[in-house]
Amino acid sequence: MFGFGDLGVTLAYLLTLFSVVLSIVYAIRKWNAEEEMPAAHHPPEENLEFEDEV
Amino acid sequence: MNLEILAIVVGAYTLITAYLGWLGYKKTRTAADYLVGGREIHPVLMALAYGSTFISTSAIVGFGGAAALFGMGLLWLTALNIFFGIFIAFVVFGRRTRRIGAELDAHTFPELIGRRFNSRFIQGFAGLVVALLMPLYAAAVMIGGARFVEVQLKLDYSLALFIFAVVVAAYVFFGGLKGVIYTDAFQGGLMFVGMAILLVVTYMHLGGPSSHGALTDIASKVPPSLQAAGHRGWTAMPVFGSPLWWQLISTIVLGVGIGVLAQPQLVVRFMTVKSGKELYRALLPGSIFIFMMTGTAFLVGALTNLYFFQRVGKISLAMVADPVTKKPNIDKIIPAYIGDAFPDWFGYLFMVTLLAAAMSTLSGQFHAIGASIGRDFYQQALAKGKHQERTVPIAKLGIFFAFAATIVLGYNLDVGIVAIATALFFGMAAAAFLPCYVSALFWKRATRIGVTAGMLSGFSAWAFWVLFFHEKESAALKACAALFGKPSLVAGTDWAVVDPIVIALPISAIVTVVASLLTPPDVIKKVTKTEAEAELVAAGK
Repeated sequence: MFGFGDLGVTLAYLLTLFSVVLSIVYAIRKWNAEEEMPAAHHPPEENLEFEDEV
Repeated sequence: MNLEILAIVVGAYTLITAYLGWLGYKKTRTAADYLVGGREIHPVLMALAYGSTFISTSAIVGFGGAAALFGMGLLWLTALNIFFGIFIAFVVFGRRTRRIGAELDAHTFPELIGRRFNSRFIQGFAGLVVALLMPLYAAAVMIGGARFVEVQLKLDYSLALFIFAVVVAAYVFFGGLKGVIYTDAFQGGLMFVGMAILLVVTYMHLGGPSSHGALTDIASKVPPSLQAAGHRGWTAMPVFGSPLWWQLISTIVLGVGIGVLAQPQLVVRFMTVKSGKELYRALLPGSIFIFMMTGTAFLVGALTNLYFFQRVGKISLAMVADPVTKKPNIDKIIPAYIGDAFPDWFGYLFMVTLLAAAMSTLSGQFHAIGASIGRDFYQQALAKGKHQERTVPIAKLGIFFAFAATIVLGYNLDVGIVAIATALFFGMAAAAFLPCYVSALFWKRATRIGVTAGMLSGFSAWAFWVLFFHEKESAALKACAALFGKPSLVAGTDWAVVDPIVIALPISAIVTVVASLLTPPDVIKKVTKTEAEAELVAAGK
């Protein structure tokens, strides 16, 4: 297919096209999506204390 | 050579780049502006900056040349670049990186993982590794650009290399990340136009997509030595498990395709946008950009064999063989093709395209190296968070270091090294940083000790494999020969062509998981402001 010599290259070609289409469609669907609330590892009001030193 | 057209094209490009670098300089007031562009970059600019930093002369000249050698099997790398390098990177990694980076007030990739695990060691070590090894990748990018200038303009290679590095170092030095992103976006636009013309005109020369079939038909012209190594023509994958297959899949496809997820200069781009929504929007230009860049480079690279065969009865490798040593330099294939198949004006435009590709990637690399030295290694690890005001001046010193190291490597690396050196750095980043980065974003049970052990074991395994097993590097570095009297401990076996990423990444991941589960969960302490934070507040930032 597409003049390629084997299935491995044809698959790579199709997967490339699929990835581009997936990215475009996903971007359009999520264009105005609100951000989910952060699952805070460290709440913003806190600061860090380092447990180790160099 | 039409000097007037050349002067106009290069002059216009230089003026616009200089103006954008100056604009970045004018808009840079704080360390956050210098390091993460003030966290307010437009999604299209971010996508173009990400893409143009990701795709360099290395991808176009180096990997394009590799496609002329290996064939269209490199399209697997295009697929991985778009799926992992854009879709997964933006949607899965990018949004969390941006959010957690903002929560932790991280300014660099090492700072993100260091702060997530409350570890100055992680930040300092990661910063040091980036500072010491990224010049290898930067040198590969610079060689790719300089080779094109050498072939196209008949200019001395050393001079071309030096001019390249000086210009880039200057605008990164002054403009910080804002300057880098503005120039990257402009350069990304140029790259898109140049590569689109290259693709269309190549197909026009060779008869459209039916040229794939014509390329399939000349598979018998593959040199016998390559056929013996597993080559089955330029539109087919190498024989499964053959040396060429291992090199294509483990070094080129996996090394770069997976390694892209843990590239410090790319991860920091996620922290430059205002919200996660911007990253969704950036998917659209980002995916089209990478498709046009790598898809074109790899298709055209393989098709150069057909072009040269139809024109002079030789394949691409034969066109770039050294007249004395007979050793082909695959980094010269794309420049030779452009020089032969296109009119002068396109040669100049494509040269500017490559200048843009090289400069956009180099600027990101120089910035990452400078930030790693100034912020991660000096200010956070050595100065233990004090002397915030010294971050930017020391980062600027770091840029000088990056410049010098890149120049030295650029003069000394072997011919045909561009794709290999790039893949090597990507593989190292994956082995040392990816499990740690994934744990930082997605695994709350990961512990500081676990990810530190994983990072150290991944890096050590990678270095060990490079020095003593993977023959391409171990033979060049000569440590194995000095200690054991042979170029590789596994010379003559298939293991000698297995890329370090295949060994080091699983080791790093397993050690991260096992050591985390064997150590008690980290306790996040509630504390008052650190001295560094207090300094920032006092300075009104």
